[in-house]
Amino acid sequence: MFEILEKKVLNPTVTLMRINAPRVAKKAEPGQFIILRTDSEGERIPLTIADYDREKGQVTIIFQIVGASTEKLNHLNEGDCLQDFVGPLGRATETDGLKKVAVVGGGVGCAIAYPVAKKLHELGCEVHSIVGFRNKDLVILEDEFRAASSKFVLMSDDGSVGEKGLVTDALKKLIESGEKYDRVITIGPLIMMKFVCRLTKEYNIPTVASMNPIMIDGTGMCGGCRLTVDGKTKFACVDGPEFDGHLIDFDEAMARGAMYKTFERKAHEETCKLFQEVK
Amino acid sequence: MPNMSPKRNEMPVQAPDVRNKNFSEVALGYTEEQAIDEAKRCLGCKNSPCRGGCPVQIDIPEFISHVAEGEFEEAYNVITRSSSLPAVCGRVCPQENQCECKCVRGIKGESVAIGRLERFVADRHNAQPAAPVEKPVSNGHKAAVIGSGPSGLACAGDLAKKGYDVTIFEALHVAGGVLSYGIPEFRLPKSIVAKEIDGLKALGVKVETNTVVGKTVSIQELMEDEGFESIFIGSGAGLPRFMNIPGENLNGVYSANEFLTRINLMKAYKPDSSTPVQAGKKAVIVGGGNVAMDAARCAKRMGADVTIVYRRTEKELPARAEEVEHAKEEGIVFKFLTNPTEIKSDENGRVRSIICQQMELSEPDASGRAKPVPIEGAFIEIESDCIIMSIGTSPNPLIKSTTEGLETQKWGGIIADEDGLTSKEGVYAGGDAVTGAATVILAMGAGKKAAAAMDKYMTEK
Repeated sequence: MFEILEKKVLNPTVTLMRINAPRVAKKAEPGQFIILRTDSEGERIPLTIADYDREKGQVTIIFQIVGASTEKLNHLNEGDCLQDFVGPLGRATETDGLKKVAVVGGGVGCAIAYPVAKKLHELGCEVHSIVGFRNKDLVILEDEFRAASSKFVLMSDDGSVGEKGLVTDALKKLIESGEKYDRVITIGPLIMMKFVCRLTKEYNIPTVASMNPIMIDGTGMCGGCRLTVDGKTKFACVDGPEFDGHLIDFDEAMARGAMYKTFERKAHEETCKLFQEVK
Repeated sequence: MPNMSPKRNEMPVQAPDVRNKNFSEVALGYTEEQAIDEAKRCLGCKNSPCRGGCPVQIDIPEFISHVAEGEFEEAYNVITRSSSLPAVCGRVCPQENQCECKCVRGIKGESVAIGRLERFVADRHNAQPAAPVEKPVSNGHKAAVIGSGPSGLACAGDLAKKGYDVTIFEALHVAGGVLSYGIPEFRLPKSIVAKEIDGLKALGVKVETNTVVGKTVSIQELMEDEGFESIFIGSGAGLPRFMNIPGENLNGVYSANEFLTRINLMKAYKPDSSTPVQAGKKAVIVGGGNVAMDAARCAKRMGADVTIVYRRTEKELPARAEEVEHAKEEGIVFKFLTNPTEIKSDENGRVRSIICQQMELSEPDASGRAKPVPIEGAFIEIESDCIIMSIGTSPNPLIKSTTEGLETQKWGGIIADEDGLTSKEGVYAGGDAVTGAATVILAMGAGKKAAAAMDKYMTEK
């Protein structure tokens, strides 16, 4: 069993958990993910690794409460155990030879963007981080990003924190001001990544996007996580989760991501009701 | 006197229009009387041709003679000399192409129902209170098995019986491999799979689920850091193939693997499951193997009208005859000589229909089966809101790509000799990971063979 060693509420819908998982911690790299189940009847939830400590054998995850299963996960506390925790899955972020990188994160995607920024920073790469949130209550990991970046831009949709606007506005401004990036790494909502990739394509900046599709096993067996990259079908779990952002069919990925929305919404409402009744 | 009835004893089954709405087992199994009556049909041929048809050479006439005498436990002991999974193989083996097709009784009537008798014997044994298992005396050697499907379970069982300290590493959260995620409950109850695994645990086998070898830990680390002297790779052929036709990534298109995993492993057929599946109102299954039949019959049970499209004719269907019969009885429609070329979407990006080309058969191809060729301009459109691609699987490249010096075929199968030895010392492989998608019994046989070779390797080292 995999004990929850720490639980921290980052904002009303985003929670951090530090999990005891020595085998996973030993191998984890930024960009990779794990799959967990809260209980013996639980859904398999894929989550990108937010941090890890090889010596202590611990892995940190950060998740947004979006459905029944993440709601259940959020009701667990320090000392509770997860039923299953498997990983690290997928390929690690490629960091070799990068000198200057813009890391563009949106919402809870910042939880995944942060370890990438941190690793690049540790490798001596110049990191510019641009992160966007809907409003100031949803900001996460600001201090951590600042520590790992030589330039940090905070954007919000409503202007309640940082600059008002989209991450693409900030990125465009930096590029226009003469910043030359070897690569842009973007992690966040599909619609945001689509527009980041559209922008960087105009400037011919190689761009990597981290995909988080629906999946079951995470080892290449179900094919549920397939997406189209450069006209070819790829599996996010084994070929990714990071792909050349200029070649991803984002519209298809968005449609696939919505496949179970009605089921999810209903299941989430029922789970919330259940927890309220228990209270 | 042998029972000279030309007909075998019918297998009691759930009625088709009842069973196509539930996930309980279809075939109910012989009664004692039926089993003894059927066993008496065996002539006990001296040269026992049936035995030659069995991939693991079970002494079929001997076990059947015990059944005829009502000595069921003795019959069980005969089977388990050669097979590790009788309750499973009695259910899922393609007996009609193996032991039963060699049966002399089949020349002038129906062959002896060997598979049904095997199942009876195994179920009868399993229904008895389990005799206390004596843990074999440890021989001090450590072996690892990767994958808990049929080959891995067989290999682990044989090694454990010889006193090895065996650990099985399984990527999923449940052991059993294809027996758990692939074959549906109505054909192979999961309680039977669980019983086999509990039996191994009683022998001292450790099962580490949630461990993806190649990701969580490498083969090299298992050998160098964790002290495993020999390793068996039974990682199966789990990678689904697609047709690469337009529309295949639309919502509502599943690989058979995904569809079956949602239903079997994640129990999506239960109303309170947290994992959804959408079998739709009109499901179309593409393919003609056992997996296609399983997917079709699951979709039917989820409430869909189901059509199977297959590019050759009924004669070439690779699925077991019994599965095809059962599918038809349950109301599944077959469209033969029909090959999908495109999947059409509705305005919301969901599947609306599938366009198929009509085919005709020409000369036999490399597989010996008549090759289907398109009839120019002949297309049909089948309305559908769920399409399940069941056109085969390939070995998972995860282990190959993370194990230096492990040689594979071009198509991904691990190269292994007759004993299962790979290009790496101490590392053995068997089952679908070596052969590509095949049968449970072949995988089980490969696991047993490798166990014998690993035993020799570790004791002589």
